Amino acid sequence: MVTLNDVYIIGAGETKFGELWDKSLRELAVEAGLKAVEDAGVYTKDIDILYGSNTLGAGISYQNDIGSLISDFSGIAADHIPALRVEASTASGAAAIREAYLSIRSGEYNVAMIGGVEKLTDIYGSEILDKTSTLLDSEWEAFFGATPAAVAALTARKYMKDFNVSKEVLARISVNDHENASKNPDAQFRNRISVETALNSLPVAEPLNIMDCSPIGDGAAALLLASEEFVKKNKIDGVRIIASSIAQDFLALHSRESIYRLDSTVIAARKALEKAGIRNDQIGMVELHNSYSIYGLIALEDLGFAEKGKAKDLVEADIKLDGRIPVNPSGGLKAKGNPFGATGVGQAVEAYLQFKNRAGERQIKGLEYAMLHNMGGSGSTSIVHILGGA
Amino acid sequence: MGELSRIWRESDHRYRLVAHECGNCKRIFFPPRDVCPICHRDSIGKMREVELSGKGTISSFTVVHDSPRAFKRQRPYVLALIDLDEGPTITAQIVDTPLDQIEIGKRVHSVFRRIHEDGPGGIIQYGYKFAVDLS
Repeated sequence: MVTLNDVYIIGAGETKFGELWDKSLRELAVEAGLKAVEDAGVYTKDIDILYGSNTLGAGISYQNDIGSLISDFSGIAADHIPALRVEASTASGAAAIREAYLSIRSGEYNVAMIGGVEKLTDIYGSEILDKTSTLLDSEWEAFFGATPAAVAALTARKYMKDFNVSKEVLARISVNDHENASKNPDAQFRNRISVETALNSLPVAEPLNIMDCSPIGDGAAALLLASEEFVKKNKIDGVRIIASSIAQDFLALHSRESIYRLDSTVIAARKALEKAGIRNDQIGMVELHNSYSIYGLIALEDLGFAEKGKAKDLVEADIKLDGRIPVNPSGGLKAKGNPFGATGVGQAVEAYLQFKNRAGERQIKGLEYAMLHNMGGSGSTSIVHILGGA
Repeated sequence: MGELSRIWRESDHRYRLVAHECGNCKRIFFPPRDVCPICHRDSIGKMREVELSGKGTISSFTVVHDSPRAFKRQRPYVLALIDLDEGPTITAQIVDTPLDQIEIGKRVHSVFRRIHEDGPGGIIQYGYKFAVDLS
């Protein structure tokens, strides 16, 4: 019988998310990485491997080999520490966490560093949509004029019709994000918004308005993971990753069994809860992938917090910071921001800060378990992590 | 948005809605696939081309206001999921139809149209769009 190692988050850091015109891809990655290293108290000699996560660096910054880039400008290239870039669309961040987790869990390494980074504001106007639409099936969705927002809108219209859900319900997912982001200094948007503001904002892909869509922005987030052995030896009080699960679905929405059930999310969440040995109602916070408000709503269902069509019952009270299941205490993808490669790593940064009682005004008290949900595109990949426990 | 070979090799599928049928389970797939996602290895070498009727039903739609550059001149345009009569669901634009006639459940038929062009002087790309049936 092989013994698997327990894995802990021992440090976290992130840049502010937003339109960071004065900072490059590499500068962002290094800023977050150094914060995480300082936070963890580790040294270069301790780090066994580096996983970078990034989604569109080649398309926007004309840069590939982002593992080496981060290693180089973090000043550790001469130490020849292995460095790889992990890409899984907009789930790249959680994919990097999972790879790092597996590398320690297997016993191969003791300390792994994760650096998620995205630089989206180096191109202007609608050119960004040329790039983000590459996250769809380029030959059979994007070729015909589909964009990520349009695909989300196709899900939204059918869902709203079949379950009699109003646009106001969708808006409340975004309103909650902005409320929480107002308490997060790293968030892209710290302004509160009303349901009316959301409903009256410009249409992007009907029925979705701009306030249903996560913004374009830059940012980086970094984590240090370590084995139980390392944590004990160095007397570090880490936060344990008790489950990591991933599942896939068809790339294009039109090929899936349901257009408003995220099967990859259903399966990843179920496996994660099984591995963690806990029930859904023991989860004290969830960071979920609301790149579009509709995904936030249906993810609540597919993660197991509501029956299909019933997430509307949660949006008025339950999802708030002091509610039954606080959703996106960080401000989520809508308001903290969605710099793709950094998004999933940033979700873990938030959970880490919450467990360490360092989340300031948005601190959740008595947190036992946190669930993180990072999704690729319109649901082709879902990755669920569960953190916490003794 | 693409070199000539990339467009040329898909032209049968995009011009005439040529799909693939699994010789094992007889399910029809569009876009075409070299392996059936139901039958897996039992379908190897058994996928054959079939032409679709182009008739179907709108299962969802959106009015796109924010578009990639190649579609800027078409804004706003209607993008839909069409459940084709032969089984597959596809993503395509709806044209030649007043907006108030576009609803989930409406019957549509395929039409051959210009999809977009790669900027001024660029390659013009053609393929299917759909129109609502006149009742």
